[in-house]
Amino acid sequence: MERVKKIQSGDVRTASRLIRHLEDGMQEARSMMKHLFPLTGHSHVIGITGSPGAGKSTLVDGLVEAFRKKDKTVGVLAVDPTSPFTGGAILGDRIRMQRHAEDTGVFIRSLATRGALGGLAKAVGDAIHIMDVMGKDIVLVETVGTGQQEVDIINHSHTVIVVLIPGMGDEIQAIKAGILEIADIFIINKADREGSSKLRREIMAMLDMAPASAFPAGWRPPILKCDNAFEPEGFTKSLYEVSQTIEGHYQHLVNHGLLGSRVHRKTAMELNEAIRCSVLEPVLSALAATGELDAMIDRLMKKETDPYTLAEEIARRYLKVCS
Amino acid sequence: MAEKKIRVMVAKPGLDGHDRGARVLARCFRDAGFEVIYTGCHQTPEQIASAAIQEDVDVVGLSCLSGAHRYLFPAVVEQLKERGGDDIAVVGGGIIPEQDFKLLYDAGLKAIFVPGATLDGIVDWFKTNIKTRD
Repeated sequence: MERVKKIQSGDVRTASRLIRHLEDGMQEARSMMKHLFPLTGHSHVIGITGSPGAGKSTLVDGLVEAFRKKDKTVGVLAVDPTSPFTGGAILGDRIRMQRHAEDTGVFIRSLATRGALGGLAKAVGDAIHIMDVMGKDIVLVETVGTGQQEVDIINHSHTVIVVLIPGMGDEIQAIKAGILEIADIFIINKADREGSSKLRREIMAMLDMAPASAFPAGWRPPILKCDNAFEPEGFTKSLYEVSQTIEGHYQHLVNHGLLGSRVHRKTAMELNEAIRCSVLEPVLSALAATGELDAMIDRLMKKETDPYTLAEEIARRYLKVCS
Repeated sequence: MAEKKIRVMVAKPGLDGHDRGARVLARCFRDAGFEVIYTGCHQTPEQIASAAIQEDVDVVGLSCLSGAHRYLFPAVVEQLKERGGDDIAVVGGGIIPEQDFKLLYDAGLKAIFVPGATLDGIVDWFKTNIKTRD
């Protein structure tokens, strides 16, 4: 497999084209993943999530710098939303990271969500594997700007960073049950702005109320502050601290045998996704191609039947074991 | 379910901060159903070429209003070639006098859009001439 070798040697062209084919849902690209999967497991995958405009891309840019200074190679997957109306997308995360464009130790790839919910793109899991096989020590995954429920990032990362900014008022109350629960590390970004101490107190209070079981092997998510990115010296220093904390978290997972539990969750989800691709999608495609799917929807709209009966009928027709 | 999408990079090479046109086009391409990677202002040809390879785009659209297109546009084509990306189409737009067209086409540009070009016309050109690659 020449292409496997090329990816292993870090060839950006081949890797990026494969990611492209996976995004486009090409069957042949999925077969390639069969050869890559056994080679994965080297990278530390770090997820970065937070509301739109919280500064995720700028932080990713800073983290790339911090990890490069430690001589680590870095892959970045930056996800931005696809328009539900036109299917087009503007992928702008890269603007903040262009200073690394020529560094061969850094590979940045933008992905559009293409209808995937959960804050990521469907191809993200495979794209992480590809960067892993390329030998990237660190893979940073930046989600779309998230609200409350887009928590898919936990299924893909060893370390999850939630970025918050002051001045969002009571919103912190609203998102308490959502993305705040998935953080391994909190970053209060733009902390030079008014309200950052209040925000910090609110997160502390939230963590104080959490049961001990919420902190695996005693890891209570640290709350770090990052100041104005336009004052590079201070910002670089904060980002160094963040990178240290990230490495500390990874070490914590390793020391307490928790890395496995993270990988277990990711692997379970991958199997789930693969089954969906191999079982559900062919059935849906077949039904759509014959126009049967539309006919079924019409019947449902007229209340002639119900979705549950139809689903059972389809299962009987396509799945031998279930019949 | 396979669906091939056109990926476009919109880039501004050189010392030129006038990005309204580039942004309007980015938005237009989005509305045409393309995936658009916008890299911002003040990019070197090397940065643009390297990003285009990493993003595996089908076409790079360059915008230049500073008058340096005679140097910058061919430089991007060169840099792409050097990185094995000679299958990536390069087009350009901006304040470009007609007498420069030949030089740019000879350098490998696939199209040049100047004041007066309509957004629909540009999008149509892309839809007709840019193909996703295998």
